[in-house]
Amino acid sequence: MSVQSNVEVRTEWGIVSARQAGRNLAKEIGFSSVDQARITTAISELARNIYLYAEKGEIIIEAVEEIHSTGVKHGIKITAKDKGPGIKNIRQVMEDGFTTSGGLGAGLPGVKRLMDEFDIDSVAGEGTEITTIKWNS
Amino acid sequence: MRIPILKLHDYLLISVQVELDDQTALQFQEDLLNKIHQEGSSGVVIDLTSVEMIDSFIAKVLGDVVEMSNLMGAKVVLTGIQPAVAITLIDMGIMLDEVPTALDLEQGLDKLQQELEG
Ligand SMILES: Nc1ncnc2c1ncn2[C@@H]1O[C@H](COP(=O)(O)OP(=O)(O)OP(=O)(O)O)[C@@H](O)[C@H]1O
Ligand SMILES: [Mg+2]
Repeated sequence: MSVQSNVEVRTEWGIVSARQAGRNLAKEIGFSSVDQARITTAISELARNIYLYAEKGEIIIEAVEEIHSTGVKHGIKITAKDKGPGIKNIRQVMEDGFTTSGGLGAGLPGVKRLMDEFDIDSVAGEGTEITTIKWNS
Repeated sequence: MRIPILKLHDYLLISVQVELDDQTALQFQEDLLNKIHQEGSSGVVIDLTSVEMIDSFIAKVLGDVVEMSNLMGAKVVLTGIQPAVAITLIDMGIMLDEVPTALDLEQGLDKLQQELEG
């Protein structure tokens, strides 16, 4: 299994490549077609935000696992990193409908609902790192 | 990349067969509005059977296309949205409210006929 891929996002093509890399790995891990669509959509939202708000950055897609007494849980982890303007008010950007670009403002709150774990680390003026995981149940 | 737009009597038919990147989606929006204007079409069916992902940007473009076409006097029906895509859109909280939809192209054409006559 290709354990990790890094996709540079600085053009719209980067968004498409990140989506494709995510779908391929999600398939390899054995996610259902609905989860594949959820994961691909989440990657698309994160990659587009990088392109729109930070100009460039990268999406890291990797297979992860967690060992439990009942067996091994497999998942996919998406990390979106940029050195853009950062997000000042994280609570605000997580509200449905909040947008500074005339979008639907559905991206970040949507990603949080599509995935199982979601974390934003952002410093104004320095950049943003968003980490999110989907487990294969 | 450009999405082909077919003319059938008063209608326009579009089957989206490519991965929708942003540029392609915006180009399609423009091409469709121009074509409606040129042909004086009264109805449009956009078939999304081959589309594997609709994110918030593509959803916005599609919603805008429907609204703009309505303004120009053409009714739009979306057909063939895959189950995984429909589920993802609902998870995202994106409602394509007020957008007529149908299972496939044939039913989409029937729906147009009904809407335009009724
Ligand atoms: N990587 C980022 N760097 C800086 N600001 C960001 C970043 N990602 C998101 N934001 C800010 O958060 C806001 C909300 O993002 P979100 O993706 O939820 O909505 P949107 O991009 O505005 O619209 P949509 O995603 O629905 O097209 C954005 O408008 C932008 O101001
Ligand atoms: Mg966004």
